Amino acid sequence: METLLAIIGGALFAAGIYMVLRRNLIKAVIGIILISNAVNVLFFNLGRLTKANPPLIWEGNTLPVSPFANPLPQALVLTAIVIGFGLLAFALVLAYRSYKELGTVDLDDMKMDPVEVSAEMRAEEEQVNQ
Amino acid sequence: MNLLLILPIAIPLTAATIGLLFRKSPMVQRASGVIGMAALLVSVIYLSWQTYTDGIQVIQLGDWAAPFGITLVMDLLSAAMLIITAIMGLVVSIYSLYDIDRVKEQYHYYPLLHILLIGINGSFLTGDLFNLYVWFEVMLISSFILLALGNRKTQLQGAVKYVIINLVSSLVFLFGVAMVYGMTGTLNMADLAVKIAEVENTGLVTAVSMIFIVSFGIKAAIFPLFFWLPASYHTPPVAVSAIFGGLLTKVGVYALIRVFTLIFTHDIGYTHTILLWVSGFTMVCGVLGAAAQMEFRKVLSFHIVSQIGYMIMGLAFNTKLGIMGAIFYIIHNILAKSNLFLISGIAQRLTGTFELKQLGGLYRQYPWLAVLFLISAFALAGFPPLSGFWAKLSLVKAGLQIEQYVITGVAILVGLLTLFSMVKIWAYAFWMPMEEENKSEQFGKMKLMGAGGLNLLVTPVIILAAIIIIVGLFAEPFLSFCMLAAEQLLNPEIYIESVLGES
Repeated sequence: METLLAIIGGALFAAGIYMVLRRNLIKAVIGIILISNAVNVLFFNLGRLTKANPPLIWEGNTLPVSPFANPLPQALVLTAIVIGFGLLAFALVLAYRSYKELGTVDLDDMKMDPVEVSAEMRAEEEQVNQ
Repeated sequence: MNLLLILPIAIPLTAATIGLLFRKSPMVQRASGVIGMAALLVSVIYLSWQTYTDGIQVIQLGDWAAPFGITLVMDLLSAAMLIITAIMGLVVSIYSLYDIDRVKEQYHYYPLLHILLIGINGSFLTGDLFNLYVWFEVMLISSFILLALGNRKTQLQGAVKYVIINLVSSLVFLFGVAMVYGMTGTLNMADLAVKIAEVENTGLVTAVSMIFIVSFGIKAAIFPLFFWLPASYHTPPVAVSAIFGGLLTKVGVYALIRVFTLIFTHDIGYTHTILLWVSGFTMVCGVLGAAAQMEFRKVLSFHIVSQIGYMIMGLAFNTKLGIMGAIFYIIHNILAKSNLFLISGIAQRLTGTFELKQLGGLYRQYPWLAVLFLISAFALAGFPPLSGFWAKLSLVKAGLQIEQYVITGVAILVGLLTLFSMVKIWAYAFWMPMEEENKSEQFGKMKLMGAGGLNLLVTPVIILAAIIIIVGLFAEPFLSFCMLAAEQLLNPEIYIESVLGES
């Protein structure tokens, strides 16, 4: 099982890196999703997979029944999933906004000239002053 | 046990919450923004004093004993970083009162600034590797929004690059955390420092340390991972650029210093040699990139990269003097660099542009602005008696002490090239006359100080310039503080004992 998960994690990582390297912004975001899941799978795997009792302390005991599973990797992975979800939502909104404003999702077309920054900020100031 | 240690996180959290609750009232937002920063500064100065007099301060959150719970630790390095962060937060929030328009305020500019500081302060305080990842994400998400706030086209372009590369960096970091957990079964940094020495497969430990170099290296913008920084830092409002340019990369440097003095010290000959090479290339690439730029903030962005090289060099020397130099360099650089960003914003307000070729005549019209620029620029280039001189001097001394002549030579040469870029800005923006066609309406009419002037923009710059001069003229107490911090870092036993208790 460990070997299988390691291979799956590696494959997801490879696919994710390939996608991140594409020019299309949406594909890059999908790449982030894949890498994020690859890391979660690997984290799970590195926390050791064991067939064991649930880590619950029964009434009257002070320790869970040995051998018990390690709950920490699950808690950590859950945190990582939640954080990853939030960041991903932002990345998707940003991709959408960029498409709306710039009319493209091709990263090659996003080569701004520094001159534009000054021009835009000037325009923005004028707008605010009005 | 020091319960007050949660203040650097709790105060910005409170200020952010107040700001969010009163989103309709700009006055409350501004007040909570600035007062929150002032309260934060007071609290970290008090905590730093305690750390200075009583030794490393520790709190086990929820009273779970280390290494099982989350630990917050404050040693002298954290103290120095927290104070400088709070100073920056305060001056930037004052600057923002003028620089940030009403629309951005309505979209929660001040609460976001405070959330950014929660993330930064948390990263400096935490003693747990996974917790560090969480603080990084808090910092990242608010920095994403701050960078894109305003939705200008160039901002979005910069934000896209920043967001993607930083997400990759966080995931690489998380993977590194997973590897460390798999090897040792613990995430508490002090516990890790003990247990990682017991790992038999040292090759694997070295591999994991490389994962950390890549991840923190992206955040710190070291060679060859820095390309996202000059592509994005010149796009947001000036106040945001200033706090990003000052603080965010230094969080990466802090993390590198922390893990490479505490955890990954098993094979210093290998890991620190890599850091040394990287630092040399970072310095040279950054400064050469800056020489090619003709936009005020873009020149400064490339200089951030180049200055990061100095800090990494100090870490790579791994001697007391080297690490002391690196810490002092971080403090000096945050002050000087952010101040230059703030000055670029004033120049833009006066002339309507960041382009060096269109700027001009600032010295004739605004001599005091020129003086303020010179203070920060000479500090950055390392002129005595300003702060940069002592920072560079300690690093050069550290290099000569361990006979690393080549890298020391590179560092001095890069200092010279830094001066070249600063002189370029000086010549184009301040000295050369402004062409009539480029002249904006307000140029010459708008005053720096006084009624109808840019008081709120100039005051923070004056404060920072004053601190730069004070640090330069009275360097001794600051240097000896950094020396104590370096001693603590090079004797991790003190840190480990404070966190885990007597063992």
